[in-house]
Amino acid sequence: MNFNTFLKQNIVYLDGGTGTLLQERGLRPGEHPERWNLTHPEVITELHRAYFDAGSNVVCTNTFGANTLKFPLDELEQIVKAALSNAKAAREESTAPQEKFIALDIGPSGKLLKPLGDLDFEAAVDTFKATVSLGVKYGADLIYIETMSDSYEAKAALLAAKECSDLPVIVSCAYGEDGKLMTGASPAAMVALLEGMGVAALGANCSLGPKQLRPIVRELLQYASVPVIFKPNAGLPESVNGKTVFDVTAEEYSEIAAELIKEGVRVVGGCCGTTPEYIRAVCEKTKQSAPAAVTPKNLTMVSSFTHAVVFGNQPVLIGERINPTGKKRFKQALIENDIDYILSEGFAQQEKGVDLLDVNVGLPEIDEPAVLKNAVEALQAVIDLPLQIDTSDIGAMEAALRRYNGKAMINSVNGKAESMASVFPLMKKYGGVAVALTLDENGIPETAQGRVEIAKKILSTAAEFGIDKKDVVFDPLALTVSADAAAASVTLETVRRIQSELGVHTSLGISNVSFGLPARDPVNGTFFALALENGLSAAIMNPYSADMMKTYFAYKVLKGLDENCEAYIAAAQRFAGTGNTPQQTDREGAPENGLRHAIVKGLKEKAAALTKERLLSADPLDVVNLEIIPALNAVGVGFENKTVYLPQLLMSAEAAKSAFEVVKSALASNGSRADQGIFVIATVQGDIHDIGKNIVKLLLQNYGFHVVDLGKDVPPETIVKTVRELHAPLVGLSALMTTTVPAMEETIRQLRSETPWCKIVVGGAVLTKAYADAIGADKYAGDAMETVRYAEQIMKDLASEK
Amino acid sequence: MVRIKTYGEPPYDVREVLRYAGSRDDDAVLALFEACRAEIAAGLSYKVCYLPLSVCVKGDLCDFGAFTAKSKDLARNLDGCEKAVVFAATIGVGIDRLIAKYSVLSPAKALLLDAIGTERIEALCDLFCDDVAREYQTYCRPRFSPGYGDLPLSFQKEIFFVLNCRKHIGVSITDSLMMSPSKSVTAIVGLNDEACKKTSRKCGACGNQECAFRSAV
Repeated sequence: MNFNTFLKQNIVYLDGGTGTLLQERGLRPGEHPERWNLTHPEVITELHRAYFDAGSNVVCTNTFGANTLKFPLDELEQIVKAALSNAKAAREESTAPQEKFIALDIGPSGKLLKPLGDLDFEAAVDTFKATVSLGVKYGADLIYIETMSDSYEAKAALLAAKECSDLPVIVSCAYGEDGKLMTGASPAAMVALLEGMGVAALGANCSLGPKQLRPIVRELLQYASVPVIFKPNAGLPESVNGKTVFDVTAEEYSEIAAELIKEGVRVVGGCCGTTPEYIRAVCEKTKQSAPAAVTPKNLTMVSSFTHAVVFGNQPVLIGERINPTGKKRFKQALIENDIDYILSEGFAQQEKGVDLLDVNVGLPEIDEPAVLKNAVEALQAVIDLPLQIDTSDIGAMEAALRRYNGKAMINSVNGKAESMASVFPLMKKYGGVAVALTLDENGIPETAQGRVEIAKKILSTAAEFGIDKKDVVFDPLALTVSADAAAASVTLETVRRIQSELGVHTSLGISNVSFGLPARDPVNGTFFALALENGLSAAIMNPYSADMMKTYFAYKVLKGLDENCEAYIAAAQRFAGTGNTPQQTDREGAPENGLRHAIVKGLKEKAAALTKERLLSADPLDVVNLEIIPALNAVGVGFENKTVYLPQLLMSAEAAKSAFEVVKSALASNGSRADQGIFVIATVQGDIHDIGKNIVKLLLQNYGFHVVDLGKDVPPETIVKTVRELHAPLVGLSALMTTTVPAMEETIRQLRSETPWCKIVVGGAVLTKAYADAIGADKYAGDAMETVRYAEQIMKDLASEK
Repeated sequence: MVRIKTYGEPPYDVREVLRYAGSRDDDAVLALFEACRAEIAAGLSYKVCYLPLSVCVKGDLCDFGAFTAKSKDLARNLDGCEKAVVFAATIGVGIDRLIAKYSVLSPAKALLLDAIGTERIEALCDLFCDDVAREYQTYCRPRFSPGYGDLPLSFQKEIFFVLNCRKHIGVSITDSLMMSPSKSVTAIVGLNDEACKKTSRKCGACGNQECAFRSAV
């Protein structure tokens, strides 16, 4: 019988702990247990056999840490081959009557993925692929990915398993006491991610005892439509007379396991501290239990690296502002690869209360697959909202979905055969919830009936690709009401019918309805209310629109979705101040209204508001040269004279930046910009922290430099290539550790030979002037202001040469 | 066997935070500090994993059984100790995420958060060492980390191997020997029944006279 068939009809018993038992048999601390497959095959076989004899259906190979990061490929092959041969020998020796399978066991790589660590996502996929391929070659029946404490790494391993084999894959993760993975994912988020990618079973193992793991497994059961795995430790370890003892006995353990099997757990085993005795006790206690049915939950879920958003409970707001359409400043940011601007748009919408962020970076003059992938990576590094990948470029869609750390929303697919044939396979591979537009080769039907027909066609095609209807959300298209008086009612009727007749969720791009009208906000807000009343689940909308947000909060109150009206009351304070800049008080107390003063005191919002005001009457360049720059200089000189401290300098710099941003918007709409010169900045390869570099960047920007920020952990080649392409006169390199200074030296060596015109300034915690000289830098800067002064001097020298 | 401990929030030393941020008392900076402290509070977790070992010092070789270290400075630090504790401590990944966020939105806040993180992890290490002294009813030598004196940074790998930090407290190490979460510390603490000469716990024992953060000793 194959594993999938067995899993459908039975409770599956996994094996128990390995590490603790090997230690008892002489494994020393720090020794690789995987090598024991080769050096002590009889011990490993005996251990596997003991689990089969105790009743395990699945024994996991002793390959938890067997990967190319720990072993050279030829040794890895020997290990995996021996591991499978040991497990097979145990299966043959065991006379126990139950079905027996061998799982290729895959644990974490041991390294943390970027951006928190230094392992690239694709490198992680390749690492896991090597192990998976060997497992397939030497005859595993299934793949068990376990003890994952990072959702991104779990995704990399699962992707590797899918790309290198057709074997069933089951995945379980290690949750902490806070009920989340180490990198933040909740059980619901993991269900969305793993189920979306097609695992045969999912669950929790290790890290906690059965009692502590119980609520986590219950949460998994609540969301999962596939079998759930329960594989805890034997409680918490204690040291008794120098020996490790776990505090839950086999009897207690089996009682909790039996209870959870009754509640729906279908795959059960043990992790650290459990022994064949524990598995035997669980089998004994539950052998009469009928396997609980695994019911489809029919939940439409998307997820980020922390949490899942479930459609249907509350209206889901999808912020639409990360989109260049009609926004000159945004287009400029995209062309300049100014990721920070995109991130700021994300943060601002999150602040307004959206649940998801739509991400659209489509511009004809950019490489959309690369930019979309970068934008997704940058956003998911710092913002915990699920993303909606918005593109018509299939290459870009795949690049973004592949790298996305969660289950994304996909915007969009439609009823055209070509669209479905290209989008659905991506959904099947990477998971995702598609926004499906009710249009096809014949355009948008005028009637609700026509649109419902297209929706049906889309659902049946999705089913052919193996995609469940819960993963399709329909957008029945809001057309412009000023062009066709019936447009809104047709859309509303379609929303209602799709929701009630097809049992799926709907989403609408709201604002199109008011196109061409003056004062569009009230129309949008009212249309949103009507659509919600007709069963709309989600809206792609502008969260800065006061009417939309008022409708949203009022609707929730009226529908009883806002307990004690708390959200409404909190939001009401914002309604009152609509359009006003938040008031900031000057801590010195004295009323001061000048822009210069606001910058010196570091009052961000006030500086922006005053700049806006000044631009009504003054020339932008005058505002910059006569007010912002002198204020900055005063603070800069104060810092150099040690009367101003670093945090104060930065607060002023931020206030100046917000003033500059206002000027920049004004200039972007005139199509011109002001620049001192290009400054390329990077934290060198191997260095994954960049706070110092970001401080320097902020100040350089303030002093008018066009800073090209390459980020952290940047290879020398990338820096050289950028400097050459831009013919940049200046480059700044930062290194934090003695171990990364060699990378800085190598970067300088390459810059010297490839871009001899470029001046190199270096800084960082471990550097000194002597060190900087020794590795051939032009300048050692002890702090950010020193970098600014040096850069100004170089630009002045260059100007006078001309 | 590696053991794990989880702590509640250690008391804050605001002056230390300001020192790490390159600042002194200032109302605006203090207000920013309070805002950062409130924002990160829920995102901090205080975890330590550790292993008690016996140690034998011969010349500049420190033999811990499971591994050895060749270092004059560590040998001097452990002189007379027969037991030691090797540990790794972290305040979790939350602060790194918040620092990354504010690197975009407000470098001033990022700087303060970074300073808070440094102060927090040091406070956690202090708390843990006090705990160890109590548990073993003895005195702790000043904790000694890879990179101190002549103990190479690469010694980090030995510690990670022995403690399995990734599994126990979620700390991993990069090829360039940086730890993630960044606000993590690994160290060896010698245990000795005699109280050692009172030096400043942090800076007094370190030879780096040029360090920007060196406090007046």
